[in-house]
Amino acid sequence: MSRERLSGWGRTAWTSSDVVEVRDASDVKRAIGLEHRRGAIARGLGRAYGAAAQNAGGTVLACADDGRVNDVHLDAVSGLLTAPAGLSLDALLRYSVPRGWFIPVTPGTRFVTLGGAVASDVHGKNHHVDGSFGQHVESMKVILSSGEEITLSPNDNPTWFWSTIGGMGLTGVVSEVTVRMLRVASSQVKVETRRLSNLDEVIASMSDDSDDEFRYSVAWVDMLASGRSLGRGVLTRGNHATASDVDGSEPCRYDPKIRLAAPPWVPNGLLNKFTVRAFNEAWYRKAPADAHVGLESIPAFFHPLDGVRKWNALYGSNGFIQYQFIVPLERVDVLRTVIGKFSDAGVASFLAVLKRMGKSNAALMSFPTEGWTLTLDLAAGSSRLPGLLERIDELVLDAGGRHYLAKDAHVSAMAVERAYPRLAEWKSIRNEMDPRRLWTSDLARRLKLVEETS
Amino acid sequence: MKNGLGVPQNIVLFGGTSDIGCEIVRQMIQPGVANIVLVSRDIDSAETRWNTLLGDESQVNVHHVRFDGADAGSMVDVVKAIVDEVGDIDVVVVAHALLGSHSDFLKDPVAAASVTTVNFGATMVLLLALGERMKQQGYGRICLLSSVAGMRVRWSNAVYGSTKAGIDGFALALDGELRRHGASLLVVRPGFVTTKMTVGMKKAPLATTPEAVASATVKALGGNGTVLWTPSAFRFIFGVFRLLPESLWRRLPLG
Repeated sequence: MSRERLSGWGRTAWTSSDVVEVRDASDVKRAIGLEHRRGAIARGLGRAYGAAAQNAGGTVLACADDGRVNDVHLDAVSGLLTAPAGLSLDALLRYSVPRGWFIPVTPGTRFVTLGGAVASDVHGKNHHVDGSFGQHVESMKVILSSGEEITLSPNDNPTWFWSTIGGMGLTGVVSEVTVRMLRVASSQVKVETRRLSNLDEVIASMSDDSDDEFRYSVAWVDMLASGRSLGRGVLTRGNHATASDVDGSEPCRYDPKIRLAAPPWVPNGLLNKFTVRAFNEAWYRKAPADAHVGLESIPAFFHPLDGVRKWNALYGSNGFIQYQFIVPLERVDVLRTVIGKFSDAGVASFLAVLKRMGKSNAALMSFPTEGWTLTLDLAAGSSRLPGLLERIDELVLDAGGRHYLAKDAHVSAMAVERAYPRLAEWKSIRNEMDPRRLWTSDLARRLKLVEETS
Repeated sequence: MKNGLGVPQNIVLFGGTSDIGCEIVRQMIQPGVANIVLVSRDIDSAETRWNTLLGDESQVNVHHVRFDGADAGSMVDVVKAIVDEVGDIDVVVVAHALLGSHSDFLKDPVAAASVTTVNFGATMVLLLALGERMKQQGYGRICLLSSVAGMRVRWSNAVYGSTKAGIDGFALALDGELRRHGASLLVVRPGFVTTKMTVGMKKAPLATTPEAVASATVKALGGNGTVLWTPSAFRFIFGVFRLLPESLWRRLPLG
């Protein structure tokens, strides 16, 4: 056990926890048996942006472990894959893609663990067609705070299953996941790229029937454009390429590479409204004015930022937050107001991604609901940000929207209570699963997801 | 728990009627702050003052806790009471202190003992208790109001100055320990500040205001440093002062 300072991917709100490495279920059970003065939480690869996988003054179980790739089992007929929860999607894809199987849902990075994907109920560019990660989980093993390892599935104890999906690790430690994989004929994606000159065009293009012809669809939005160009963007949509789309004898060849690394030290404020404006202009101009179709690799299409090691350091020592919210489909007006507020405030978002989400699943604390989700990266140092975001939170909540807990680093406990109608129900199920109140995290403390233990 | 924008949820102020302390906490209030705990000897004046400071629109929960800055024995319980009330302490500002009058100490030397207790002895107990709490939490920031008067003590302000010298030294050492556990401490060394504590005194060179001290302090609390001189020129001035031979130091016309 060692005392370590931890933060999320946004490198804000650092706190110290006692970190215990756990490799398998027996390690987890042993760690649960130790004395915990301020509870415990499982941590995967630390890619949640806020404080979901740290536990100030308490215990953190370090679960990420790609060493167990030999324990992966893939049924070549049914596509059911069983793997230790500490395995990363990166290791999983290296195993499965050459065999012709893709993960049914991937977030924007492959450096998350299976356990983390379950706990956050992650979504990807295919949410409008396939839903979020939890829908593709056949079953999972969870170690409770009693030390007992149980199996959960949608048929076998659905209440506990759907409370663990999206439960932010607060119901127990996920130790093994069985997921239904997606058959693919190649490791390439056939991508259509279109430039759209304002928000109306972006919304219209993502709303018409054509969107459902693409398994993957997402738009990059220029948050600094104003006036008639407000909300201009680049829409990319794609489907897995067939073997005939791809040249060569190895259509499923998969070899992701990390090409760049962020420099070891970056001044605060490198990503400011001037540099971001220049980048946005170039990015927008780079996209073809007319729709263009081409082939892209899995890493290039799904995980572009994974190509830069430690890109989160580009925000300097102040770190950054990722602000992601969703509003119902009919509340495009809120999107417009929010984009306008950011544009007026001149607050730069280096990344702004808009996605139309499909129907929600049965998970009590899952983020996605049918609607528009906007994701922004914001440098954390600005003193204007708390006030600006509070006004935007209000707009989102009034519209019946909500914030994504895996990204959250700033909303209030009240915001979660208003936005997640099943919070109280989830809390009581959580307490049933964790009667000794072991599981907690900095996120849980800030948002009062669990009762204080000390 | 502080959030990702660096905004603390729970702020505690020791010295709920201290001019500088109140101004620091007032300037820290922004969206995201949920609770402020005002620890004061005179709760009634603290209430009156904070009602005016915050106005009716305020969303912040205000808690008042009574304490006696001279009662070292009660400090551990006071810290416990605060934690019971709001949970983890994100930032605590320790601003209470006694100045006293030098001529009074000469007439009644025993009066110096109470200044020592409030500014040094009991504050040390308080810092120890707060430090243990923060180590347990694995995060948190303590802000101690020290003074340039403690950086090189003058006879005309020797009682106050030497208590500040003592507590400043203790706090610096405590910071090293806190940092090994994820927490930290900020020692603020203001020069002459025009407050109710210094009413009627002759203004010293580079005199400043509670607003200016507070604004520098809030900025420094958001950072990671251990020492704040305010105005910042004092850092260099006292760098020189501390090197002067005693014979020369005594002859400087500093009042």
